[in-house]
Amino acid sequence: MTKEKKIVQDNGVGLVETQEFTFESLKLESGEAFGPITLAFETYGALNKEKSNAILIEHALSGDAHAAGIHKNENVFGWWDNFIGPGKAFDTDKYFVISSNIFGGCKGSTGPASLNPKTGKPYALDFPLISINDIVNAQKCLIDHLGIEKLLSVVGGSMGGHQALAWLVNYPKNICSAVPIATTIKHSPQQIAFNEVGRQSIMADAHWKSGNYYDGLAPSKGLAVARMVGHITYMSDKSMAEKFGRAKKEAGEPFKFTADFEVEGYLRYRGDNFVKRFDANSYLYITKAMDNFDASKGKPFQEILRNTKVKVLVISFKSDWLYPAYQSKEIVKACKLAGVETTYCEIDSTYGHDAFLLEVEEESHLIKHFLKKVFYAYEVTGNYGE
Amino acid sequence: MENRKKEIQLDHEVILDLIKPQSSVLDLGCGTGDLLYLLIKEKGIHGQGIEIDDQAIYKCVAKGLNVFHGDIDTGLAEFSDKYFDYVVLNQSMQQIIHVDKVLDDALRVGKKVVVGFPNFAHYKSRLQMFFQGKSPVTEALPYQWYETPNLHFFSISDFKDYCRAKKINIEGSVCIGERRRLPILPNLFAQTGIFLISK
Repeated sequence: MTKEKKIVQDNGVGLVETQEFTFESLKLESGEAFGPITLAFETYGALNKEKSNAILIEHALSGDAHAAGIHKNENVFGWWDNFIGPGKAFDTDKYFVISSNIFGGCKGSTGPASLNPKTGKPYALDFPLISINDIVNAQKCLIDHLGIEKLLSVVGGSMGGHQALAWLVNYPKNICSAVPIATTIKHSPQQIAFNEVGRQSIMADAHWKSGNYYDGLAPSKGLAVARMVGHITYMSDKSMAEKFGRAKKEAGEPFKFTADFEVEGYLRYRGDNFVKRFDANSYLYITKAMDNFDASKGKPFQEILRNTKVKVLVISFKSDWLYPAYQSKEIVKACKLAGVETTYCEIDSTYGHDAFLLEVEEESHLIKHFLKKVFYAYEVTGNYGE
Repeated sequence: MENRKKEIQLDHEVILDLIKPQSSVLDLGCGTGDLLYLLIKEKGIHGQGIEIDDQAIYKCVAKGLNVFHGDIDTGLAEFSDKYFDYVVLNQSMQQIIHVDKVLDDALRVGKKVVVGFPNFAHYKSRLQMFFQGKSPVTEALPYQWYETPNLHFFSISDFKDYCRAKKINIEGSVCIGERRRLPILPNLFAQTGIFLISK
């Protein structure tokens, strides 16, 4: 998603380092055993003695483990830096925050670009098809490794929300709460269609070569176009109009189809930048995992949720047309029917899907108070705790 | 204890008396959640709110309440029969488009329903209409005709007639004036009517 910073923070978690955890093997949903798997992760704040203050942050399609703070000799703040830090929504004075790059990703965790120990070459398309459940099962290994039996919360927007729902479904006894944001139980045909355009764009690039491009030029044009389509779906009509209008760029070289409009320049810039940091095969595998995901496993979702003691906060955004509010309401409806303690808010935002990264004030307020309720046996009733 | 009681709104105090401890309560149009918070604190109820205004939701969440952002008119369909011990519609019924449908749903979803509404036949309203010939503006109906959120204007007598026609049991009612509960002539002197009903 868009990594835009409205304000530069100097009150965050400061210098951070990405760590690695490697484990032997994971049995995938497909039945295949795959390994070894390395997960890149970062942590912020300190784990308390009771190990009851750990929160797992789940990133979206293009995210990574670097959710907050800055790396040494770099100046890029983590993708959710506005939310993680002392006094922020995920208050690192109180909570221990964990963020890992997903299995299948390309930012330190094992994915199609990683070296296959058997051949000494990148896996490319020898990498198995993975699912959101596989991604979450790999995270469970990391959480076990960190010695945490029960997470205070699992939180994520967009595909991060898929993962939060997968935790809710697969590990209800290992989490106190879940916060799925701007997400869905399963992709609609429209969401699958946009992802398919992205995949086709990558595979149509002559440099893709059935995924075997690691010793030559990458399918950068294809990946850039996929990203451009993505960016269109992350914004709203209104946020685009406000950001670009029909403003034209300075005249450049005399060519008929230069990027005349600001919005064209922006999309090209975003596309070109993305290919420097993202692997095209990862994009194929991850979008496929999103499209195949169905938290309800083909049943009515409330049946899956029944008897869960997990508390749920669902957040959607008014102008988000990629993951529209009705999809969040379906999650809420299932929670209602299953008798799950749930709070739902549709934040009034014009940012579109990107709002989950940008609506700092309202979203922080909801998350902060929700976590407080879950963490402290809430003073009013005294029975909100474990 | 006395001091605390004085700080509570009179209608909230009445509703507090009507609701049994440890019960489950759905507050339809819970606003900023003051009543739900009070019910949880004083009666140990298990509470859920539904509210349409996002700013009010933020206040509910800050109080640690479970609340759904949504419309009262469509928010009840998903709950099973008699899911809640009580459904509360306090000062929200007069603002709902399809009152009839919502009350039906509330009586289906809740074992009992508590409704609180401004009495349109309060003597001050009557005087204003009679002598000034204008739409009344009173403590209980504080809005000008062009800015009121209220869609329905009805009296305590209207509501009793409605319950009779719909075969709804009135299990209890409290009528309150500016500062106290009223034992006599409620349709004339009460600003607010609060009814406990069931079906």
